[in-house]
Amino acid sequence: MPNMSLKKNPMPHQDPVVRAGNFQEVALGYTREQAIDEAQRCLHCKNMPCVSGCPVQIHIPDFIAKVAEGDFEAAYQIIAQDSALPAVCGRVCPQETQCESKCVRGIKGEPVGIGRLERFVADWHNANATEKAARPASNGHRVAVIGSGPAGLTCAGDLARKGYEVTVFEALHLAGGVLVYGIPEFRLPKSIVQKEVDGLKDLGVKIETNAVVGRSITIDELMEEMKFEAVFIGSGAGLPMFMHIPGENLKGVYSANEFLTRINLMKAYREGADTPIMDLKGKKVAVVGGGNVAMDAARCSKRLGADVYIIYRRSEAELPARAEEVEHAKEEGIIFKTLTNPVEILGYNNPEDKRDPKNGSVVGIKCVEMELGEPDASGRRRPIVKEGSEFDMDMDCVIMSLGTSPNPLIKSTTKGLEINKKGGIIVNEEGLTSREGVYAGGDAVTGAATVILAMGAGKTAAKAIDEYLAKK
Amino acid sequence: MYRIVKKRVLNPTVTLMEVEAPLVARKAEPGQFIILRVDENGERIPLTIADYDREKGTVTIIFQIVGATTEKLNHKEEGDYLQDFVGPLGKATETKGLKRVAVIGGGVGTAIAYPVAKKLHDVGCHVDLIVGFRNKDLIILEDEFRAASTNFIIGTDDGSYGKKALVTDLLREQIEAGVKYDRVIAIGPVIMMKFVCQLTKEYNIPTVVSMNPIMIDGTGMCGGCRLTVGGETKFACVDGPEFDGHLVDFDEAMARGAMYKDFERHAYEETCNLFKQEVK
Repeated sequence: MPNMSLKKNPMPHQDPVVRAGNFQEVALGYTREQAIDEAQRCLHCKNMPCVSGCPVQIHIPDFIAKVAEGDFEAAYQIIAQDSALPAVCGRVCPQETQCESKCVRGIKGEPVGIGRLERFVADWHNANATEKAARPASNGHRVAVIGSGPAGLTCAGDLARKGYEVTVFEALHLAGGVLVYGIPEFRLPKSIVQKEVDGLKDLGVKIETNAVVGRSITIDELMEEMKFEAVFIGSGAGLPMFMHIPGENLKGVYSANEFLTRINLMKAYREGADTPIMDLKGKKVAVVGGGNVAMDAARCSKRLGADVYIIYRRSEAELPARAEEVEHAKEEGIIFKTLTNPVEILGYNNPEDKRDPKNGSVVGIKCVEMELGEPDASGRRRPIVKEGSEFDMDMDCVIMSLGTSPNPLIKSTTKGLEINKKGGIIVNEEGLTSREGVYAGGDAVTGAATVILAMGAGKTAAKAIDEYLAKK
Repeated sequence: MYRIVKKRVLNPTVTLMEVEAPLVARKAEPGQFIILRVDENGERIPLTIADYDREKGTVTIIFQIVGATTEKLNHKEEGDYLQDFVGPLGKATETKGLKRVAVIGGGVGTAIAYPVAKKLHDVGCHVDLIVGFRNKDLIILEDEFRAASTNFIIGTDDGSYGKKALVTDLLREQIEAGVKYDRVIAIGPVIMMKFVCQLTKEYNIPTVVSMNPIMIDGTGMCGGCRLTVGGETKFACVDGPEFDGHLVDFDEAMARGAMYKDFERHAYEETCNLFKQEVK
């Protein structure tokens, strides 16, 4: 008899007041009892609507059944068939718009906490499993993967499990891509990412850090000189976008990418770190944008001691961030200025003293109020400026979180690689680019999107690469 | 890890290091840069490539001790290893079709001007290499400069060596004496590049400058190295580091470069104190 409670088992959390002052993980994870209880809410629908909502088609009811039985390792093995990074996805997937949005229990009451269960299972495995995955016998084919973010790691993992000799080329000094430079510790502990990367190494995947494809080495060299038979490009998001308003290059204006990289990759928040970050204690910070990255930047600023405002031009209903991130941000005291759009960032200028060190620093932001008009091409109601609504807010720091455009290095050094107007690499439904043997996926193709979509693309490409090389 | 195969102290605050980095050496070209981290806790700092040897697989960097990281770097000796060393990054200097060029270097920037001058000289371009230092004791690489130029002109601020003149004065003398340059390439402190550009603008000489802003990833991801060039936002790491000097907003670049001055000063003092304790 299933557990008919209309509500999910609540996720234990660090207290908002406490956590706003530290970088430790916010959500603490289910206990064994909570996990079993939650798993019993699953009705095991025959048509498995939840699976259709998952970009990598995890066999959700099957793994949940194993959780309900208390056989957590078996549950993990079921997830691992389809997902290379369960501990990551359980934490950062937007389940409310994917698997959980299709859950029958969600029609009357809350859906089954699929994401929370996935996280529990992955954490249980990481803490308890003793056996390393067996390294498959090599099939002699060599594949290069560019970028060690979610797309690259997934593609590398799927191919390695099939016996391919995979080398991952990473531009930074550490593997993980956005999972290490972008998503903060309090949402995704870096030790978890490291475990996932180590798991791939156990499968025989080689990871070359400090290798910038497009500069240190080109795709043609990988294929011709280094004899890789196929290449997967998962180079991720590129340069941050700005609004092209006055004042964006003032001191104290960061792109979210820079701000988060300083904090997450370079650990600038730690005492004694070599990498600096602006001292935000008691300062005012405006984060412009409404996505997950904006929430991450806002919540990091809060942890550095700032008063934080999210400035977003549409209304709260249109915020693209995961619902949980918005809720957490609010609990931590972040103020949402929705239907507001910046028109200028105001800087300090001492006309008496050109050498005044404060010159060129942010002192405020000029905004206008917005209202929503007719739906635009994205289907969301278009924000329109309210006449005469201009107002200023005092600020010490502004973080622009408006998305990114794909990195130009690979496309500018790879002949015959077609790209679209926005700079994304053009691929077919299998992830194949305009070059034979070269596949791509993730943000390098789509522009800024989610971890799980990138993983889905990595998976699709791995399958296509396998079919392509099997025929060769 | 990347082994330091040679270390040479060029003057009390400027050091040369040759580092084993075959992947970087294979591709390095004048005008490009690398990013290094000294140790596991280290920050990523960009340094321009001063020289390279494709056969030995080494890359030479020349750095001035200006903060905690360069101080730590300077404490590494031959045979020691650097944690990370990645590149080559940025675009290489465009040398095609140039017949006569003035390469201007100031202070430690002269070290970066050197490979550019050398490449131009190697391809048969007439190179006037104009370098300036504060005083005689700070002069570096004089023999190398002479070998890499057709005409070597040196000045010091105090007149202790060469002419008592700034590089802008030395360049003006050449121009006023009737030398016609296809291009001026200026590499050094931002303030020097600004004044060189003001001068060359008067005479309408195309001028390229090499910008060295604060960077983190250096691969076109973080956007920290942005500057305004001709009213547009450009990224030094992928669009540069060389730009049309007549279009760069130097004042903004100077302000942005000073963003972490307090932090750097503090970290530098702390690092120096640590090294002092070690010595005791």
